Amino acid sequence: MKNEHGKSLLLSVVLFALFIGVWFVATQPKESAQQSAAQDEYAALMGKGATKSGGFPPPQEIGKAIVTHLSDPFKDNGPNDKGIAIQLGHSLGRVGMGFALAILVALPLGFTIGMSPLLHRALDPFIQVLKPISPLAWMPLALYTIKDSDLSGIFVIFICSVWPMLINTAFGVANVRKDWLNVARTLEVRRLRKALTVILPAAAPTILTGMRISMGIAWLVIVAAEMLVGGTGVGYFVWNEWNNLALPNVIFAILVIGVVGMALDRCFAGLQKLVSYTE
Amino acid sequence: MAFLHVENLAKSYPGNDAPVFENVNFTLDKGEFVCIIGHSGCGKTTILNALAGLETASDGILTMDGREVAGPGLDRGVVFQSHALMPWMSVIDNVKFGVRSRWPDWSKAQIEAQAAQYLEMVGLGHALHKKPSMLSGGMKQRVGIARAFAIQPKMLLLDEPFGALDALTRGTIQDELLKIVQATAQTVFMITHDVDEAILLSDRILLMSNGPRARIAEIVEVSLPRSRTRHDMHHDPRFYRIRNHLVDFLVSRSKDPKPAGETHPPVVRPGETEPAPDTIAA
Repeated sequence: MKNEHGKSLLLSVVLFALFIGVWFVATQPKESAQQSAAQDEYAALMGKGATKSGGFPPPQEIGKAIVTHLSDPFKDNGPNDKGIAIQLGHSLGRVGMGFALAILVALPLGFTIGMSPLLHRALDPFIQVLKPISPLAWMPLALYTIKDSDLSGIFVIFICSVWPMLINTAFGVANVRKDWLNVARTLEVRRLRKALTVILPAAAPTILTGMRISMGIAWLVIVAAEMLVGGTGVGYFVWNEWNNLALPNVIFAILVIGVVGMALDRCFAGLQKLVSYTE
Repeated sequence: MAFLHVENLAKSYPGNDAPVFENVNFTLDKGEFVCIIGHSGCGKTTILNALAGLETASDGILTMDGREVAGPGLDRGVVFQSHALMPWMSVIDNVKFGVRSRWPDWSKAQIEAQAAQYLEMVGLGHALHKKPSMLSGGMKQRVGIARAFAIQPKMLLLDEPFGALDALTRGTIQDELLKIVQATAQTVFMITHDVDEAILLSDRILLMSNGPRARIAEIVEVSLPRSRTRHDMHHDPRFYRIRNHLVDFLVSRSKDPKPAGETHPPVVRPGETEPAPDTIAA
């Protein structure tokens, strides 16, 4: 088993090295005959020396960008020059707020729906219609009614996080083993105590799965939302660097988004493990 | 005055004109151990659930200790067929859950002590803090029994508690149950499919005819002395009389429709009236 892990790790490293190698070779500046003297002269006039600025950035430039950004993550030189940690902080703050609001709404509502088949059937058509709407489609409506771009971002996160949590909570609560509920009934356990000591722990793994899905979606959506509303956040950072045509910075931001997304997912995987049980 | 009265109990489901069972009449005295035997689908579990208050009968009256049974309550302890332990709680927490429900005013130490005492009684003193998933089927069922006993109910209801266990484990737990019931003089109503189990444990055995329109066809009084054990019971010739009577009923007579109008089943005592050992050898 341990050997298997070692092998897979080795393979990952080899694949990564291969990828960087191909990237490096493919982005070599072409020093062929086509580079005419006139072009060199033009380049010099433009103040760029002989380096070719077109093309896709080679890996070493990304490496440089990573070093520069990570060496000063908390810099704040006005709206267009903030450190990556500050941008991440803004994004995570919005995701956290929207996600927390979604929990506040989805958990109690999911519990109610899960315990009442009548309510479940009554609300199901609404949930089914609202669920597939792209959260960004709400953006104009949010901007118009809330009149605040920051809050609109939070609202978009809220609206995209709420559905998986709501549906999973309702499903988990509705499918608590009948036997456990019967135990609670024969012991005359009161409603609130039953909800907290029987239904909640029984449904917790399903609820956490819903939260994990929600967090995944929220992290996808925040980048797009920040590209739209602008101002701060990793999404805005990506868009801003694109406008600057600074591709190394864009790629750096993509990497950061991926790593943070993975870290968030790992957190929820850990929480899931904490509340899971084997029958 | 019997402790538990069941009068003309019937259960029918909407859409089915024939009730699953009807005209079910029996009583239980305090401290009595009564088993009910019958083929699947005759409504044994429904009768037990009605006694537990988990299901309502369509017709009939249920009274326990002079009061009508309405809904589930702490005066009846239930041991479920599938043990129904909460898998996220440790063994002792499962039992404490019941104890705390029964005596909400007790201190933590009192609750802990009560739970530990009953787990000790079923021989699980060494596994208090294990999760149910780490226990064997027999141990899980023991926890279920401890949880039901620990709330000191007036009556214990067991729904085929040993059905899923292998023969050896089943034997050990039967012995333990017998010991505990004799020590506590608990009133017990139990469903079983196992004829030997019924003879070992019961004072009386209710035989149900097949559904639909099932009813209690006969009540068998077990004439063996109460001190019987699993090890010596089968040396008593009366044991075979009773056993044959039960098996005969299940194999051939349970299908016979009973004459309508007869609501109170006959009480029989196989083995008591018949001559003893020599006929067994022949």
